Amino acid sequence: MRLFVIVAFAMLAALPVSAEVDIKEVTSPKGIPAWLVEEPSIPFVALEIRFRGGASLDLPSKRGATNLMTGLLEEGAGALDSQGFAKATEALAAQFGYSASDDTISISARFLTENRQEALELLRLSLLEPTFDEESLERVRGQVLAGIRSSEKDPNDIASRHFDALAFGDHPYGSSLEGTIESVAGLSREDIVTAHRNALALDRIYVAAVGDITEPELGALLDDLLGALPATGADLPARAELALSGGTTVVEFDTPQAVALFGHEGMDRDDEDFFAAYLLNTILGGGGFESRLMEEVRVKRGLTYGVYSYLVPKDLAALYLGSVSSANDRIAEAVEVIQSEWARTASEGVSAEELSKAKALLTGAYPLRFDGNGSIAQIMVGMQMQDLGVDYIATRNDNVNAVTLEDVNRVARELLAPDALQFVIVGKPEGL
Amino acid sequence: MSRIIALAAGLVLAAFSANAQEQVTDFHLDNGMQVVVIEDHRAPVVQHMVWYRAGSADEPAGASGVAHFLEHLLFKGTDTLESGEFSATVAANGGRDNAFTSYDYTAYFQRVSADRLELMMRMESDRMVNLRLGEAEILTERDVIIEERNQRTENSPGALMREQLNAAQYLNHRYGVPIIGWRHEMETLSLEDALAFYRTYYAPNNAVLVVAGDVDPQEVLALANTYYGVLPANPDLKPRDRSVEPPQTSPRRMVFEDPRVAQPYVTRSYLAPERNPGDQKTAAALTMLAELLAGSTTSLMNERLQFEKNIAVYTGAFYSGSSLDQTTFNLTIVPAQGVSLEDAEAAMDVVLAEFMETGVNTEHLERIKMQMRASQIYARDSVESLANRYGRALSSGLTVADVQAWPDVLQEINEADVMAAAQLVFDDRQSVTGWLTGVTSEVSQ
Repeated sequence: MRLFVIVAFAMLAALPVSAEVDIKEVTSPKGIPAWLVEEPSIPFVALEIRFRGGASLDLPSKRGATNLMTGLLEEGAGALDSQGFAKATEALAAQFGYSASDDTISISARFLTENRQEALELLRLSLLEPTFDEESLERVRGQVLAGIRSSEKDPNDIASRHFDALAFGDHPYGSSLEGTIESVAGLSREDIVTAHRNALALDRIYVAAVGDITEPELGALLDDLLGALPATGADLPARAELALSGGTTVVEFDTPQAVALFGHEGMDRDDEDFFAAYLLNTILGGGGFESRLMEEVRVKRGLTYGVYSYLVPKDLAALYLGSVSSANDRIAEAVEVIQSEWARTASEGVSAEELSKAKALLTGAYPLRFDGNGSIAQIMVGMQMQDLGVDYIATRNDNVNAVTLEDVNRVARELLAPDALQFVIVGKPEGL
Repeated sequence: MSRIIALAAGLVLAAFSANAQEQVTDFHLDNGMQVVVIEDHRAPVVQHMVWYRAGSADEPAGASGVAHFLEHLLFKGTDTLESGEFSATVAANGGRDNAFTSYDYTAYFQRVSADRLELMMRMESDRMVNLRLGEAEILTERDVIIEERNQRTENSPGALMREQLNAAQYLNHRYGVPIIGWRHEMETLSLEDALAFYRTYYAPNNAVLVVAGDVDPQEVLALANTYYGVLPANPDLKPRDRSVEPPQTSPRRMVFEDPRVAQPYVTRSYLAPERNPGDQKTAAALTMLAELLAGSTTSLMNERLQFEKNIAVYTGAFYSGSSLDQTTFNLTIVPAQGVSLEDAEAAMDVVLAEFMETGVNTEHLERIKMQMRASQIYARDSVESLANRYGRALSSGLTVADVQAWPDVLQEINEADVMAAAQLVFDDRQSVTGWLTGVTSEVSQ
């Protein structure tokens, strides 16, 4: 493949405008809100549920509890053991996915119209009545520990772990949400039950549904599925202090190609300059082959297969990150070129032509993202979490186009901080 | 005149009626180029793809990686486009583009607003015949693919082992050579190597156009005739006659040691038949076999090795029949902490022996069939993956009719079919077993 496709969550800002998408705001009889797009042409529904908080709700010394809890939701519920739950799900050909990230627990469900009720009862059991039995706990714990051991020898994972620790220290953002060998080994069933009680609650829920379902059907579904969740969960953690000071940290690891992560403070999603920052990043390192970093590091010099930058507005901190990998004897040059592009963009800004190309890319791409029930449901649940209204869609491209060259270049001066740019390099880099 | 075959094929499945059927039309242009149109009018988007029936297994000896190298070089200039202008134009139109190379095919695609289809065809047909390359950009791009190899392979012990495993699996066929190329050969790839491959294989009579999304088949045909139909066929295009494997008579074993390995595992591949035109039954049975053994939580290897005993943290079985020539059936077991690779492999073999003894669990087979029927419905939500399914099949020796028949062939597989396929494929003499491990002294950890 010519280019890895990087799925940065900042891409949510590239939400398309599409008159075709008719979003209904639904509130269930018990008061659970959701967004709905009715699309009866394929007999299934894509349902996306989010709980804000995610792995950052881990209690002190219980790192990894939320992640392990999330992995256990499908491992036995109600009267069904793990295998029984899996067999019942397979027999209905329903698809349930459960995952934890720093800020969110995500549940993705796909189920057929013909057996919707049975599928939803299984999903309800997994969210409301997970058994967390000791046998499943030990089995899934073993899988998580195997993953952690692998991460310890993976250059990309080593780089993110070092970078996060430097950036956030003791805040949950400063460590891997999987936890450590020690913390995961120490988790008890009670810790898992607590994590479940803390994370899955109605005061932090977001729902989107797309597919073969009507408004009243969805309202009833929401109450049946989620109505019995507790009203409130644990308090969200405090905002994270960013402790980066710039410079280069090398983590020695014997591998032929060095992996570098770099970054500094970013911009919150609700900042009025976010569109300007998003356009700026598209030009600097977010726009694939058209970006300055790709042009200078890959196309002109052949120093890497890919170099990217991305805005990462998390709930409790905002980062501006980038990544590159080059052979150990070439990474120093790649780093130098990146630093110099970062500085040049901060001081000189971007050109009117570059801005107009970036606008064309972002606004032209708008309909491409609304291309299926699953993708529309994911976009809609993400918009709700970002506190964007349904009307955001209609105005989004106008807002992108309203950004001026002066805006972007002011944001370039304010946001890009070449001296604060922290590099973490894993490998045996020469000349650094 | 173009030949038009509208497919009203009988994909209709009892449980799901005609809802499960995608809307597909296919044509052949006069110059031999095949065209497939998949309609999905839910969003004003189109996926435009050209698949060449040429991949790494078609490369000449000594030039491994040239198919993929050429893929990169197609984003450089033509008579009318500057180097890089292709992707820049796609981006300026709000689209994205990329390409990928495999053993049997090289594919290029753009995803754009449906009203930009003509522009995509104009540019893609241009670079099918008008590529212009300079010596300097060749050398820089060669550095890029070497960094790509660093990223995908050199930095990954698992990928390095798979490379060795494939090389041992195929005694005489090019599937034993990595798609990205052996490093020492990549380092010597020249402009002439790339152009020779381009001249031999890039022609309309060796290509499949797949257009999927909010389009009208007749309008696609008219545009295809305008842009692709005018290109001359390559009269010297040869049939894809590749070297054939000799009888494989000896099980092969390897231990791949690398200090970067944190989680040792055992993986085994068996030579296996692929899907063939009008003859997909064995491949369908092997697809079911992989599901039964390790396709999900409830499959036999998982049940025995993760649930009843704590021997593995992961088990897997993989088979994909979309391949021009003989493919492989693969098994993997990642042992639980404290279980040696030797014991893990032995436990896996006990489960295989049990399966050969007791046969298929009928209820499990039914669950798998139910999921496969449903997957026909879920698949319609992604026109992009439907486009890939057709492109991959048609560039791997299959026909549109084979793609359409495949779901039914899967549904018709019974217990005896699965066991016959298992008997055929589980032949140790045609297998390679690999242990991936840190250092030897840690094997039993």
